[in-house]
Amino acid sequence: MRGLVKRYARVEAVAGISFDVVAGTTTALLGGNGAGKTTTLSMLLGVLLPTGGSIEVLGCDMLRERHRVLPRLNFTSPYVDLPKRLTVRENLAVFADLYGVAQPSLRIDELAAEFDLAPILRRPYGELSAGQRTRVSLAKALLNRPELLLLDEPTASLDPDAGDRMRSYLERYQKASGCTMLLASHNMGEVERMCSDVLMLRAGRIVDQGSPAELILRYGRDSMEEVFLDIARGNVDEAAPGLHAEGMLR
Amino acid sequence: MTPGEGRELALSLRRIRAICRRHMYLLLRSWPRLVSMAYYPTVTMILWAFVTIYLAPTNSFLASAPGFFIGAVLLWDVLFRGQLGVSLTFVEEIYSRNLGNLFVSPLRLQELILGQLALSIVRTLIGVGGACLFAWLLFRYSIFSMGLPLVAFFSGLLVFGWSIGLAVAAMLLRYGLGAEELAWAAIFLIAPVSGVYYPIAVLPAPLRAIAQAIPAAHVFEGMRGVLLHGVFDATLLYRAFALDALYLGAGVVLFAAAVHAARRRGTLLQMGE
Repeated sequence: MRGLVKRYARVEAVAGISFDVVAGTTTALLGGNGAGKTTTLSMLLGVLLPTGGSIEVLGCDMLRERHRVLPRLNFTSPYVDLPKRLTVRENLAVFADLYGVAQPSLRIDELAAEFDLAPILRRPYGELSAGQRTRVSLAKALLNRPELLLLDEPTASLDPDAGDRMRSYLERYQKASGCTMLLASHNMGEVERMCSDVLMLRAGRIVDQGSPAELILRYGRDSMEEVFLDIARGNVDEAAPGLHAEGMLR
Repeated sequence: MTPGEGRELALSLRRIRAICRRHMYLLLRSWPRLVSMAYYPTVTMILWAFVTIYLAPTNSFLASAPGFFIGAVLLWDVLFRGQLGVSLTFVEEIYSRNLGNLFVSPLRLQELILGQLALSIVRTLIGVGGACLFAWLLFRYSIFSMGLPLVAFFSGLLVFGWSIGLAVAAMLLRYGLGAEELAWAAIFLIAPVSGVYYPIAVLPAPLRAIAQAIPAAHVFEGMRGVLLHGVFDATLLYRAFALDALYLGAGVVLFAAAVHAARRRGTLLQMGE
């Protein structure tokens, strides 16, 4: 992403951000509500047109060649849902067709076993609990074995056990496939565990960047939770006085 | 065709099938849904059949063409169901908050439209087919008595219905579910100038001029020619198809423009109930 800008009538939701994500790694996009995370993810997915800047995804220009990239990526987001009156299997079968998945039944069974969906495959999606829906959405996101996975709050509705199993699966999947992941999350434990790089956003700008360990050290804190609070509340100068001088704040 | 193009075509057909499957699962599972699709056309047909029975003894043209009103109402429903088939498919996606998933998938706009059109044919056949069956069972009227021109009338009205359906879908994208009522009401705006139950000649001059630009008006004039005089005027049909092509093109452009505008405003991910 280079110089990405999204401006609505009077609001600049994203104000010229640039970043690269290293292939095969997981990068977190962190920030408070309204920081620009979902706007950035939406532009990456091609469902929101930027006002300015460029986006290259998997070697393709997302603004001009989005249909070459879309079969190779997938996403989950709390802003979208699946058809509620279709069963879990029907939903997954429809998306398997949309993504051109080979041997769809086999792939659905694989994911059902992985995410413990077998007992609910015949149930309408609308009758599932929030946690079950999250698992189905993740299964949908992995149907096409994506090379790039965009995860917006992927484990928000899961209990700690299910959340941990999901994170383990994503880690295994990444290790096996070399998938690149971009994660927007408010779960700082998840970020520390899964991400090698963190982009901190505030008011549509990247205000800091680094690995979780680097950020914790730089801010003199004990956890990413505390770093997040410093940045979200604007306590940056007090917490990390050297940042302006080092040119880290943009 | 190269192997690569063949593969892309197969994938494209699969994506169209996915759109059809997603809605067919819903249709086939719910008998109330299936019944409701045929319910309104059937009830309207029955009403006009009784009007015919009441008026026929004192009316010479009804006496010679007893299927006049029934045929008209059945063909009108082809137009109405054709439009609903497209716009309600889209309403369903908005209610499900599924638009984001669709537009982030490899599905292309033309595939979404083709899927909607295919579903519209299915909905129309179920809805109007049910009414046709009852017309035959209850009144011994067969829509097929129109002969081969029926296929042309059906196609001309269905395509015009698609155009309006796409325009309604564009409005839904722009204004959200607040515009849902349009899906049901839009078609009735053109009903007076379509001449479903009366010749265009009875309209005042300004409305006659408007009717010339409405494909349905030419189709219904053609239908009256067949039912009342046993004459099929191909010119009327050519005009209807030419206008259909224009309206369908305009509908596709309008829908594509609405999708582009939604991508600019960022409403595709959030749009829902």
